[in-house]
Amino acid sequence: MKSKKLSLPYIAWMLVFTMIPLVMIGITAFKDRQGNFSLEPFANAFGYSGVFFKSLWIALLSTLICLVLAYPLAYLLTRMKKSSQNLIQMLLMIPMWMNFLLRIYAWVILLQKNGPLDTALSLLGIHGTYIGNTGAVVVGMVYEYLPFMVLPIYTVMSKIDTGLIEAAQDLGSNGAQVFGRVIFPLSLPGVISGITMVFVPSASTFLVSQYLGGTDDIMIGDVIDKIFWTDSNTGSAISLVLMVFIFVFLVIMNLFGDEEAIA
Amino acid sequence: MKKILSIILCAAMLCALTTGIAGCSGGGAESKGEVNVYNWGEYIAAGQDGLMDVCEEFEKETGIKVNYTTYETNEELYSMLKQSNVSYDVIVPSEYMISKLIKENMLQELNFDNIPNYANLDERFKTLAGDPEGKYTVCYNWGVTAIVYDKTKVENKPRDWDALWDETLEGEILMFNNSRDAMAIAMQLCGIDPSKCTKEDVDKATEKLKEQKPLLKKYVMDQVFNEMEGSQSAIAPYYAGDIAMMMEENEDLDYCLPESGSNLFYDAFCIPTCSKNKENAEAFINFMHKPEIAAENCKYLRYGTPNTKAIELLDDEIKNSELTFPSEDYLKKCYVFADVDEDVYAYMQEKFVEIQAN
Repeated sequence: MKSKKLSLPYIAWMLVFTMIPLVMIGITAFKDRQGNFSLEPFANAFGYSGVFFKSLWIALLSTLICLVLAYPLAYLLTRMKKSSQNLIQMLLMIPMWMNFLLRIYAWVILLQKNGPLDTALSLLGIHGTYIGNTGAVVVGMVYEYLPFMVLPIYTVMSKIDTGLIEAAQDLGSNGAQVFGRVIFPLSLPGVISGITMVFVPSASTFLVSQYLGGTDDIMIGDVIDKIFWTDSNTGSAISLVLMVFIFVFLVIMNLFGDEEAIA
Repeated sequence: MKKILSIILCAAMLCALTTGIAGCSGGGAESKGEVNVYNWGEYIAAGQDGLMDVCEEFEKETGIKVNYTTYETNEELYSMLKQSNVSYDVIVPSEYMISKLIKENMLQELNFDNIPNYANLDERFKTLAGDPEGKYTVCYNWGVTAIVYDKTKVENKPRDWDALWDETLEGEILMFNNSRDAMAIAMQLCGIDPSKCTKEDVDKATEKLKEQKPLLKKYVMDQVFNEMEGSQSAIAPYYAGDIAMMMEENEDLDYCLPESGSNLFYDAFCIPTCSKNKENAEAFINFMHKPEIAAENCKYLRYGTPNTKAIELLDDEIKNSELTFPSEDYLKKCYVFADVDEDVYAYMQEKFVEIQAN
């Protein structure tokens, strides 16, 4: 009984901040401008399918790069002294204390014409444009979300019982086998929550592409941002479709892990 | 550097905004000594660069407490008035939002007996489109859109809006990331009067903007400062007052007032129907048009002030700047982009997103 009472505030919270907004978005998405039932918002939403797939592609690419960068880092972290582990964790976290927009803005300055990167590469005789393209957007996203990949993987890995690793070694496994058959499978829950924590926000992000991308790099989050003020119906429909895509993605992720992704 | 500072300021203002909203909707409204001002972000002299803190000055003089909060777009202002239970006393919408608010009965008629400084205003700015009878508004600032360009990058001196379609500048052109301003420019090039536009006109403008897209570096709003001041791009359309600011930061920049005319925009003080301190609001509006106060705001914003007495107090450099005060002849070629049909406006917005998304 007691636990039920304790959970009441949370239930109220979820009702007010999750369920009601969700229902409102749902209702808005099925109305036309006059407020009658209509599928028109969805018809409009499909006009943006190009942006949709590009956004999902950018999000997927960013997630993959994050994973490739984060996994070895997390693994190395667990093998360090406790004090260095704390230090590096701290260094990973510090940028997140800074405002998100400032960090993206710093990237604009790094990548712009005659900026540090351009100047350095010009000295080596390499000339190019490093901003205003999809690559710059992906770089920004990876930078933004990398800690969200490292931390869950690291947390899960650091909890792996060293006894298991020693047992594998005692039974004659070499380094690669220990990794492939003990460490990697045990770290999967961390990988899955890392992927979720990077993919979901990056698929719906906005502003990053406005700052780092060119005219063709608009993302679905930007479209929602732009359209919502004048046409909240289409805006709602787009975000509903995006939610469905993300849900499907999470369900697929779930097939790999033990219900880690959604729950 | 300035840009970074402005971002920090923005962040600070956002904080102020969120706390402010909580403050406004809560108590306060019924107590006599307050005025809830809801203005654009960074749209008032508030002690920057040694200028006066106007709100503080008002509090000192009248004893009325100013609760100052800000918004970033007219639409944000609108949805705040429409959908939340707030009470603002002074708002500063732009021309097209004014006509919409009047149509929807969301503004109160002003009592000009409480605003004696209204007499300081140039007649031209008392009956602008949007509020043609001048019953609901007191113009705060006005300006035109113009072109800013980098002399080291642009060889042919731009004369008109078509300079933004110049193929030799491919990849170096910036464009408004805002449907109204972008569409207005495209319509002018198609020979359409934007203030009377229809959906067909929007379609034509859309085609024109689609033609331009491959030549563009980016659609920008505030980023234009960094792009132009930092010599990152060659040419951009923007608000003339802001161009004056950019030119102070980068000597290579120059401006052009397009020959075919331009959009005359303005923002005006209004009192929404939700106001509970109407007299304080009028006192605030009146204070803002004291010549020395209006001059102070003009020095900070570099947008034109309609207050003729304030203009006399300005330095020659500002007073004679064509960007802040375009000539009478030029203003004859300008139009006010107000009173566009709701449907057409929504269609314009939709089409603009479509241009960017495809």
